[in-house]
Amino acid sequence: MTEYIVLSAILFTIGAVGVLTRRNALVVFMCVELMLNACNLALVTFAKQHGNLDGQIAAFFVMVVAAAEVVVGLAIIMTIFRTRRSASVDDASLLKY
Amino acid sequence: MLSLSEEIPLVEPTGADGAFSLLWLVIALPLAGAAILLIGGALFPQALKVWGHVLGTLLPIGSFVISLVLFVQLMGREEGDRQVVQHLYDFIQVGDLDVGMDLLYDPLTSLFLLLITGVGSLIHVYSIGYMEHDERRPRFFGYLNLFVAAMLLLVMSENYLGLFIGWEGVGLASYLLIGFWQHKHSAAAAAKKAFVINRVGDMGLSTAIMLAFVTFGSTSFTVISASAGAAEQHVMTAFGLLLLLGACGKSAQVPLQAWLLDAMEGPTPVSALIHAATMVTAGVYLIVRSNFIFELTDTAQTVVVIVATVTLLWGAIIGCAKDDIKKALAGSTMSQIGYMMLGAGLGTAGYAFAIFHLLTHGFFKANMFLGAGSVMHGMNDDVDMRHYGALRKMLPVTFFTFAIGYLAIIGVPPFSGFWSKDKIIETALVENPVVGICALLGAGITGFYMTRLMLMTFFTKERWEKGVHPHESPKLMTIPLMVLAALSALGGFLLAGDWIVGWLEPVVGHAEHHEPPLPVIVITLITIGVVAIGVAAAFVLVGQREVPREAPQDVSFATRAARADLYGDAINDGLVVGPSRQLTSGLVTFDRSVVDGLFSGGATVVAGVGILLRRVQNGFVRSYAVSILAGVLLVVLALLAVNLA
Amino acid sequence: MIAFWVLAPIMVVAALGILFVRKAVHAALLLAVVMVSLAVLYLALEAPFLFAVQIIVYTGAILMLFLFVLMLVGVDASDSLVETIRGQRVLAALGGLVLGLVLVIGVAQMSLGAVTGLEVANQDGNIEGLANILFSRYVFAFEVTSALLITAAMGAMVLAHRERLTPKPTQATIAADKVKAYAERGQHLGPLPPPGVFARHNAVDTPALLPDGTPAEVSVSRVLAARGVVRQPPRDVEEHERQQREQQLERGDER
Repeated sequence: MTEYIVLSAILFTIGAVGVLTRRNALVVFMCVELMLNACNLALVTFAKQHGNLDGQIAAFFVMVVAAAEVVVGLAIIMTIFRTRRSASVDDASLLKY
Repeated sequence: MLSLSEEIPLVEPTGADGAFSLLWLVIALPLAGAAILLIGGALFPQALKVWGHVLGTLLPIGSFVISLVLFVQLMGREEGDRQVVQHLYDFIQVGDLDVGMDLLYDPLTSLFLLLITGVGSLIHVYSIGYMEHDERRPRFFGYLNLFVAAMLLLVMSENYLGLFIGWEGVGLASYLLIGFWQHKHSAAAAAKKAFVINRVGDMGLSTAIMLAFVTFGSTSFTVISASAGAAEQHVMTAFGLLLLLGACGKSAQVPLQAWLLDAMEGPTPVSALIHAATMVTAGVYLIVRSNFIFELTDTAQTVVVIVATVTLLWGAIIGCAKDDIKKALAGSTMSQIGYMMLGAGLGTAGYAFAIFHLLTHGFFKANMFLGAGSVMHGMNDDVDMRHYGALRKMLPVTFFTFAIGYLAIIGVPPFSGFWSKDKIIETALVENPVVGICALLGAGITGFYMTRLMLMTFFTKERWEKGVHPHESPKLMTIPLMVLAALSALGGFLLAGDWIVGWLEPVVGHAEHHEPPLPVIVITLITIGVVAIGVAAAFVLVGQREVPREAPQDVSFATRAARADLYGDAINDGLVVGPSRQLTSGLVTFDRSVVDGLFSGGATVVAGVGILLRRVQNGFVRSYAVSILAGVLLVVLALLAVNLA
Repeated sequence: MIAFWVLAPIMVVAALGILFVRKAVHAALLLAVVMVSLAVLYLALEAPFLFAVQIIVYTGAILMLFLFVLMLVGVDASDSLVETIRGQRVLAALGGLVLGLVLVIGVAQMSLGAVTGLEVANQDGNIEGLANILFSRYVFAFEVTSALLITAAMGAMVLAHRERLTPKPTQATIAADKVKAYAERGQHLGPLPPPGVFARHNAVDTPALLPDGTPAEVSVSRVLAARGVVRQPPRDVEEHERQQREQQLERGDER
């Protein structure tokens, strides 16, 4: 089962790098989803490894939370876009020294 | 000076019963007066203006009556039974420290009660007239009553802590009364000076009390007198020296003498009551009361004698050069207290004479201060004797009473001062010829400066300021003068048949009689002779010449030094004030540069680091995400390191 | 395992694609690839319920939501790939590389031991097994989740809501505005021409032809113009006619 975990780690890392490099808020959000999915994969893998369903339940909860997060997050992106006419995360940089 | 044959009497009081249960009332009456006059001043000022001084006078008189009754009661008791203690309440009970508010009434206290309440009441009566035109007379009487209450507590307390409360109370009253006319800068400064110098002495006394508690586990006279013999010698010496420091501060003895002359800025009745008759003698009381300590330490006793001898000459010399009548009298006070201290330092043989001189001095010096006040009253509050002269006809009563005081202080038989001072000189000669001769010399100088004062004020030619019309004071002021004059004249009767020596024996112990090196009558004649020389010198130097209205400036070094209080202030400034200022300014510089520099430097460094670090807050979410990733990496690596290790 | 080895490279490539494609829509589609592949992997990992949920919720709902928002924001908005924060890309690459290496090496180092498998847990069926746990041990978390979802729905509504600050325009005001615009700037009074009208094409990306034969730019959507996919009708028409003629000629040759 190690290979699943390794895949999960690779996907997570790609997601993390995506968050760091992409500037479009929507793409950044997608990368966050990618990271969440990578975690889910690990959870489901461990569920099978250990022979109980707790991991699957955890993955299920992650999905629910992700759904809620996406709803709110996208609404925020919408609002920002509406006021700033931009979806770039770098443009919202007023809160600084 | 300590010999085994002389036993130190213990303080072994019995409980207060009968009339002695009124003991607390002696303090309570003037204390109540102070409370009413000081607090009531804000509540019903108009009423106090009318009867405040009456109340303030009647209460000390009430205390005097009770004291008199108690005195008679005490006389009626057996000699071994003349110590009474009244327990009022528990004052401090913490761990091993158990201090009760106890009042001790014994022969020594009884004499003090009579002196304080008696002379105090007379001065209260005098003040009614003296302060008549003062807006704040009720407050003045409140302060006076506060002083009387504190002074009574001082002499009645059965332990050092209660004594200390009274000690500080009289210090406070002294401060308030010296600065009573605080609109005068000099009065305010004098009050402050007296307060500060007294604190030095109080530090000694409070340290002594702490030492007593550490050594004996108690501050009670009863306990300490019982166990003092078992204490180590050096502890007792330290104890004695600390007590002496306290006594020096309160009694204006060298080296803490500088405040007394400035204290004459206060109203004259204050100078008479506090700075002549009672408070300044508290140091003498302290030493006599602590006889069970001083008897055990030769060193401390010797230091007392040295301090006393220096002071009696010091004060006398100052008295010779002062043109201000009150300051001349203040120098005289300092000198006379020196005599008392000398008596107290001489041990068992001298205690009784010290107290005797204290009493007579209380009479004649209060008399003369009040007389001086009367003169000032008639001369529009001018204190410069160079502006007096030939007042004997204008102020006959004042002159007459003042003259009796004068005869008493220079020691003319049969006036009271002769008996008391003569005895001290005699005892001093027995104990130590050098000290005795110094005391004799002091008596001569006393004759000189008092005669000079007398001549410049009441004899010689008129040198009055324009528009001054000397007049005799009202009856309210002259009657106390007459009473005090009578006491000054007759005070010597206390020594009749060695009564006072026997009376105080239960407190200070019985002294073996030592034969003086010369017959007593010879010593007495020598003393009178020395005084006569001083008086004659004054007649020649002052009485036979024209007294200039302005003090001449081309005078000898000695005169200049005496006018400057023998440079007491300069010595204080040079030895204490200057170095303290230097130290303070040094510390301020240190604080400003090093301490503040350390802090502001540290703050600057932190601020600089902050200015650099804030660049991290660039507002880009992705930069923050990088640092989060770095944190994650750290945690992962740490976990791995821990797991692999 | 076949499924894994087939899907894993696809997923990694698709995920890497998200990092490098310029257009957000492409990123979303690549993400869909990853997610669907993941769903299949769930099936291989004996999680049929999650398989369904992954496809329905993630791919179906969440990803569609992304696409909706993309449409609202504008599909034409493509990222510039020039980095603006100094050192950001280097740091991100370095950090990602180290993290990935540490994770991969770390995970590869451990041996998980024998696989227990879910035969026992799933013996009454996967959904029944999940339900048993969800409504017993995790029932509180489940209830809390409902609160979370309601809160999220409320939050989205509050954020998306836009307050009307001016009165709603009526037909009359709109007409008055149009006439005013015409009077001041000579703006055309009537509706904009539809695309393709009077042209030989009826596609929306082909502008209408004006009577003099020039294309009317206003007849095509601004979005298409921004994306640069507007076709040039006369040229295209001529090209088309030329091709047709050539074809006819060829046919004629064959005949």
